[in-house]
Amino acid sequence: MTRTEDEALNKPIDKRLMRRLLTYFKPYAKYILLATFLTITISALAAFRPSLTPIAIDEKIANGDIPGLQLIIVILLGTLVVQGLVQYAMTYLTSWIGQYIIFDLRKNIFDHINSLNLKFFDNSPIGRLVTRVTSDVEVLFEVFSSGIVTAFGDIFTIVWIMTFMFMLDVELTLVTLSVLPILIYATIIFRRKVRESYRRIRILVSKLNAYIQEHIVGISIVQYFNKENRTIKEFEEINRSHTEQNKKSIFYYAIFFPTVELIGAISTGLIIWYGGGQAIQEVISVGVLIAFIQYSEMFFRPIRDLSEKYNILQQAMASSERIFEVLDTKSPIKDPEHPITLHNVKGKIEFNDVWFSYNDNEDVLKNINFKINPGEKVAFVGATGAGKSTVINLLERFYDVNKGEILLDGIDIRNLTRENLRDHTAIVLQDVFLFSGTIRSNITLGNEKITDNQIWEAIRNSGLEEFINSLPDKLNHKVNERGSSLSVGQRQLISFARALVYNPKILILDEATSSVDTHTEILIQHAIEELIKGRTSIIIAHRLSTIQKCDKIIVMHKGEVKEIGTHQELLSNNGLYYKLYELQYKEQPLNE
Amino acid sequence: MNSLLALKPYLSKYRNRLFLGYIIIVLHITAMAYQPLVIGDAIDAISNGAETSVILNYALIAVGLVLVGGTFLFLTRQNIIVVSREIENDLRYDFFSHLQRLPKSFYNSRTTGDLMNHAISDINNIRNFLGPGIMYSMQTFTRLIITLYILFNINVKVTIIALAPLPVISLAVYLIGRLTYNRSLKVQESLSDLTTKAQETFSGIRVIKSFMREQYENLEFDKKSRDFFHKSLKLAKVQAFSFPMMFLLTGLSIILVLYFGGVQVMEGNMTIGNIGEYIIYLGQLTWPMIAFGWIINLIQRAAPSMKRFKDITDIEPEIADGKHTNHNIKERDIEGEILFKNVSFKYPGSENFVLKNVNLKIHKGTVLGIIGATGSGKTTLVNLLPRVFDPTSGQITLDGYPLNIIPINVLRNSIGIVPQESFLFSTSIGKNIAYSSDVIDDLLMIESSKQAGLYKDVAEFPRQFDTILGERGITLSGGQKQRTSIARAIYKQPKILILDDSLSAVDTNTEEEILSALKSIMKDRTSIIISHRISTIKNANNIIVLRKGMIAEEGTHNELLAMKGIYFDIYQKQLLEEQISKL
Repeated sequence: MTRTEDEALNKPIDKRLMRRLLTYFKPYAKYILLATFLTITISALAAFRPSLTPIAIDEKIANGDIPGLQLIIVILLGTLVVQGLVQYAMTYLTSWIGQYIIFDLRKNIFDHINSLNLKFFDNSPIGRLVTRVTSDVEVLFEVFSSGIVTAFGDIFTIVWIMTFMFMLDVELTLVTLSVLPILIYATIIFRRKVRESYRRIRILVSKLNAYIQEHIVGISIVQYFNKENRTIKEFEEINRSHTEQNKKSIFYYAIFFPTVELIGAISTGLIIWYGGGQAIQEVISVGVLIAFIQYSEMFFRPIRDLSEKYNILQQAMASSERIFEVLDTKSPIKDPEHPITLHNVKGKIEFNDVWFSYNDNEDVLKNINFKINPGEKVAFVGATGAGKSTVINLLERFYDVNKGEILLDGIDIRNLTRENLRDHTAIVLQDVFLFSGTIRSNITLGNEKITDNQIWEAIRNSGLEEFINSLPDKLNHKVNERGSSLSVGQRQLISFARALVYNPKILILDEATSSVDTHTEILIQHAIEELIKGRTSIIIAHRLSTIQKCDKIIVMHKGEVKEIGTHQELLSNNGLYYKLYELQYKEQPLNE
Repeated sequence: MNSLLALKPYLSKYRNRLFLGYIIIVLHITAMAYQPLVIGDAIDAISNGAETSVILNYALIAVGLVLVGGTFLFLTRQNIIVVSREIENDLRYDFFSHLQRLPKSFYNSRTTGDLMNHAISDINNIRNFLGPGIMYSMQTFTRLIITLYILFNINVKVTIIALAPLPVISLAVYLIGRLTYNRSLKVQESLSDLTTKAQETFSGIRVIKSFMREQYENLEFDKKSRDFFHKSLKLAKVQAFSFPMMFLLTGLSIILVLYFGGVQVMEGNMTIGNIGEYIIYLGQLTWPMIAFGWIINLIQRAAPSMKRFKDITDIEPEIADGKHTNHNIKERDIEGEILFKNVSFKYPGSENFVLKNVNLKIHKGTVLGIIGATGSGKTTLVNLLPRVFDPTSGQITLDGYPLNIIPINVLRNSIGIVPQESFLFSTSIGKNIAYSSDVIDDLLMIESSKQAGLYKDVAEFPRQFDTILGERGITLSGGQKQRTSIARAIYKQPKILILDDSLSAVDTNTEEEILSALKSIMKDRTSIIISHRISTIKNANNIIVLRKGMIAEEGTHNELLAMKGIYFDIYQKQLLEEQISKL
């Protein structure tokens, strides 16, 4: 975290990245052109107004020409209003462009991440992925909106002011601008100092944050060991150096602002001294003199702003690099180029000599062979880490096998599209994941083709009817993030209803181990019965009642299939299953 | 707004510097305010065809005034802004030290993220009000008075006309600021919605993929993203106002002066130089006027932040030394004889008792083993000893003293605890082990690490005990973390050692080594060992089986086995598990 922040500050501007970023501008080229045109107009109008001052003063006021003065005033008011309107339009337009580009980019990243396979998610902390679609994109917004267009504006302001000044008087312009090198030099020095100081402050801030965070999380240890005072002392050290570093940056600002004012004053002084001399000799008029004073005040802001823009661009480089890295990640699991499409699946599943490992060094599955006939119900049992869940992961093609093949109705699942494969299967996971939304949206997962009748049927069959009817909003009952307002049992039943409503040919069930009250237990057992009725079912079973409903039990141990048979057969074998039975299932009551 | 009154003690600490700062501001503004007058006079002198040397004088005076003013500006920032940083430092210090003293029950009801927000963004809001807020309001106030005085002296009528737009600017800035604030809150909400959506989608990716709902989720995200887009544009609509509004109104002031001032000049009531002065003064007033609206926004933001800050610092720590504390009790008086008398406990606000009527005697120099299912109250029981919580009813005594009369630091210094989750600080392993002392005792550190079965691991690291842990260093395995945590407790050489399921990630051989090492260290001390594994506690002098907050069985390993109760069942199951894993 802190490291990436440090890097973010010092990223050189990379042409290749820049070019790639610019491709996002392309669809909006017309609008960007318009915005640029508007900003040039604004800077021209702003620079134009002071040029009328000499006319107003020298020709009108000095000669007592009130109607003439009124005309000038009307022109001034007119340009002022036009400038205001154009300024408003330009500011809004640039935000609009920026927001649109960000919107496109964000969609691009999100859709891309969603298309990646599970292995990618295993290796990327969710927080980091979220950052890609949020703050990284936000950083780019500044570049896309205000950044580039207003940079043009700043440049043109400078150009226009210089143009008008030269038109009024060349010599006086050169005199006025003579302080410019000092100003530019001062700005560069200041920027460099402040940037360095900010870099240090940022490091200290993240140190401070890390320290606070760590000592909030580890408060128990601090208190167990009576180390509150020492902790506070250590904290104060970081806190103090943060304050001192801030004071340094205050110092730079305290020097810089008066310096800019002083340079401005010198420029004004020069105008008065040199221009005054000229005016006395009647080479220039007093009005021109006042106009120059006005211009010299307008001149400094755009120069300061320009150096700011460069910083924004540097930060954007780091973000865009991270974003493109995600966009360039390709999913290793691909749909075949010429897929076979299965329509009416019978549900025959075969694992032939399947080997698999998650990280290439430890085999999680070793030479797995089994066959499940259409409509058969198979229970997988074994200790934790035996490889049961991996079998499911492979069957759903969340991962591809390392060796061997998995056949569905005799066809290698790698020849099917994932959509086609998953159309025929539904999975109920042990850790029920509920999305924030309603009961309905959690059952249909947003599939609008599913009718309320179908939902209610699934609810009845999964034993949820009583519960849902007790809710005031029924199907529209709000579900919180991660379903925290529902009990463990209710959440399981909802996930059953979710599977039922999709009416799959093949059902995969990873039974939850968590204990529930007797009433819910009965509901769950009935629901499971309903769930597996008439489907090929693969169950990672923890309930004796579930196992006994199965046609076949596959016992796994340390990545291998050890025993296959029915409950009675395996018990009489007196092997691994017998031991597991003794350990896990024997004492479970059968609520039959 | 009232919550900001709580800042009074913080401000009065820097009373003198703030006062000095204010004097400097007055000097700064005065110097700057007279510069345009000089320029005006210069212009008039030029119009009247004065000597070049006179004009040069004017120019030098104008520059000189800014030089003086600029020096004062420098001093202003060095005083007022620096003070605001000092106060920020004080606030954060007070906040953090207060946090250190709050009990566990406080932390149970707060998330880390929430507390971090207090420490960072709330204090930041307060700082922004204190520094720029106070400085600009002082400057604005002073500048307004001095400038008005000068302008009214030049020409009353023109001044009133020229200033007419200024209050409008302030009001406009204030209103735009408020609208901006409200709309940016909405944008923030929308962004957090969008973030949640992304977070949720990426967390639930398995469900989404197995039901082929990627398209749908993409569309849902698209909706949130679009909402953010619209809210951001709504914000942009207001924000785009502020800049044009600003120069429209200042531009208007200048135009008004040009016209009405021009007429006055024609009538001979004013000079052309006066017009130049007006133009400069109006330029000087623009920013303070804008600042005025801005300061009000700063106050609006700081007030709720200060309230949140106070909400936490006002909480009195429940568990602390008090009147009843007997300060004559010293660490050397503690021997480790523990007695629980009818102890019951429930968490504040909860209905269910976690511990019910526990009676337990732990003799000094003995080992107590505790076993029981998750949620049976094991950890709560041992947490009552260092007074992480106080019992709801009943009493605990240590060497005959009720716990609440023993000074907390004496009590906690006598207890070494190895919690369930091995939390280590991201510093060196050595510093983690020697956490209880300020200076590392190398011999003791090495000895403790040997006894905790950690030494061999550390010896393999290139930087040994200087190896840094955590994000910036190496990540230890679960077992290594537990052993470091044990070494940390051993290093403390406590009278009472508590291991809360602290050997779960350690293999059985290492476990035995650690236990036999502990046996010799803890000969004259009291140990309490919580475990899920019978093997860890079977040699304890006394074992209790907790069930739903009550002691269900008590005795030695053999006595408990003979009872053929819960303990016996657990024992049987663990034997079977061992057999299966050996297959």
